[in-house]
Amino acid sequence: MGKTLFEKIWESHIVVEKQNDPSLIYIDRHLVHEVTSPQAFEGLRMNNRKVRRPDLTIATMDHNVPTTDRSLPILDQTSSVQIQTLEKNCKEFGIKLFDINSPNQGIVHVIGPQLGITLPGTTIVCGDSHTSTHGAFGALALGIGTSDVEHVLASQTIWLEKPKPFEIRVEGKRKNPHAVTAKDIILSIIKNIGTGGGTGTVVEYRGDGITDLSMEQRMTICNMSIEAGARAGLIAPDEKTFDYLRGRKYTPKNYESLVDFWKDHLKTDSDAKFEKQFTLHIDDIAPQVSWGTNPGMTSDVTESIPSPDEFSKGDSNQKKGAEKALDYMALKPGTAIEDIKIDRVFIGSCTNARLEDLIEASKVIKGQKISPNVQAMVVPGSHMVKKQAEEMGLDKIFINANFEWREAGCSMCLGMNPDILSPGERCASTSNRNFEGRQGTGGRTHLVSPVMAAAAAIKGHFVDVRKMDLS
Amino acid sequence: MEPFKSVSSIVTPLDKVNVDTDQIVPKQFLKLVQKSGFGKFLFFNWRFDENENKKSDFILNDPKYKNSQILVTGDNFGCGSSREHAVSALLDYGFSVIIAPSFADIFLSNCFKNGILPITLDQQLVEKLQQENGAINVDLENQIIKTPSEEISFGIDSYKKKILLEGLDDIAQTFQYEDKILEFEKESKLPSVL
Repeated sequence: MGKTLFEKIWESHIVVEKQNDPSLIYIDRHLVHEVTSPQAFEGLRMNNRKVRRPDLTIATMDHNVPTTDRSLPILDQTSSVQIQTLEKNCKEFGIKLFDINSPNQGIVHVIGPQLGITLPGTTIVCGDSHTSTHGAFGALALGIGTSDVEHVLASQTIWLEKPKPFEIRVEGKRKNPHAVTAKDIILSIIKNIGTGGGTGTVVEYRGDGITDLSMEQRMTICNMSIEAGARAGLIAPDEKTFDYLRGRKYTPKNYESLVDFWKDHLKTDSDAKFEKQFTLHIDDIAPQVSWGTNPGMTSDVTESIPSPDEFSKGDSNQKKGAEKALDYMALKPGTAIEDIKIDRVFIGSCTNARLEDLIEASKVIKGQKISPNVQAMVVPGSHMVKKQAEEMGLDKIFINANFEWREAGCSMCLGMNPDILSPGERCASTSNRNFEGRQGTGGRTHLVSPVMAAAAAIKGHFVDVRKMDLS
Repeated sequence: MEPFKSVSSIVTPLDKVNVDTDQIVPKQFLKLVQKSGFGKFLFFNWRFDENENKKSDFILNDPKYKNSQILVTGDNFGCGSSREHAVSALLDYGFSVIIAPSFADIFLSNCFKNGILPITLDQQLVEKLQQENGAINVDLENQIIKTPSEEISFGIDSYKKKILLEGLDDIAQTFQYEDKILEFEKESKLPSVL
């Protein structure tokens, strides 16, 4: 019987295999950031251990860095200590660090691919659940906890139970690909399979609706695999993948011979079997807006807020969850989504802060001003994205529309730095999680695509971006 | 890590599904660089109001559950962020067993690394345990939960059971395979990053 892409990568990385027990899997690339690493380095020190492969380990600071003027000192003392701790640890253990002033600094899942560190067929880990992003390149990319970060630093391996392969097919053609985006595809998938729908699996996204996407759009899809509970998500590499990585700063010297090997090996065999299957037809899907407190609580922009009964389809626990979510979000069933007014707009995060995202959003706002009731910001995913956008004059489009144009980092996706919502504020956000308090205690998050966020900024409420001129 | 001992206590029923790690430990507490002391931040926004007074309607604030070591909760517990601080907070607060119909994968893995035993049981059994008023006993050695009225068996793989029961340092365990790791590295065609 044939094998899936995931199984091929898995099998080529087994160091130790035991029946009915976890396998020891080799890790090709380890990405490190300031929040989930200090305790791991401390563990190494306490046990007098070294980093086994500093040459396979890369660090940056993204989660709690300020996005304002970088020449000023960091006012938050605990953030400052965490950032200095990473600097100290990288120096002590010989790890390459892209620090706050490096031209390569940025959100770890944005810089990995941009620098050619992310490669097809590899295993990649990071102490961050959105590591699944790198799966867009045909890598097995897993988010891990801090103990596993320590384990990988010490041994370059992790113990893993083999997840099950899950095929998600995306079929058809979007009628307006500028208005209905990769974000709407992945939110539609999560809405259908639920936030636990992918638990214990590695998703392979397939079909013409996926191969049609650019690499940056594929990253948006794979990024949110974790929001469906999947261990990882991946897409078989093709010419778009190989072209994207060619000539990047850390692309290997023997790249072309690797490409030849990948072309032959990195695909699911036609007779391979998946243990789970789901198909989404995208011909008629609408832009999506989340209304609740998990990414599965999402509707078409043309719809109204569902009643908890309607949403839960008879499951009493889900019903309770929806009631609580609507209470937290201060929303009533039957309210048209387009009637929901917003206070803030955040365009950023490892889901949607790449150059293409900013280009698409800028088309919506070009020559317009945001609503006087809205405060809006753009936080590019990396310093490199910011620079490229500035070279194209995108910063001016945003600034002229009264957006704030910030330095790179995770920012208000999780609000560990000063970029947070105040209690009760409602935000159209291009990030990945609408959990209670995620963007600030008491803050209310609606997940949308960059063009939907931009349109909401102009109008002051959600609007179907298909109605706007995006030429 | 401390070896996992058999646990006897009343259960704390947390009747919620999809409890994410942002709720278990909100982000403002992730800036600490040490591993201990996270218990006071557990479910912070559910336990405390804006003036940091205890909210009387949240179950953990009911004095009855003060010494409970067993949390019994809903589907997909621990979803979202990979933050291991969530597990540290549960452990530091006093929970060493969590029972649910399902867990998020990364959270589950983090539990075993810290000496918390997560047990997956059918929805009906979970709901029954949530109604249990008396103390129950969780015996990992024999993989049995004893309630005043019945015995419920549960599954766990042998590697994780051994790690928990013996409180093993799993990096030290992995080092026993160092020759295999070296062998793998010799055959790998993939170049270094830098």
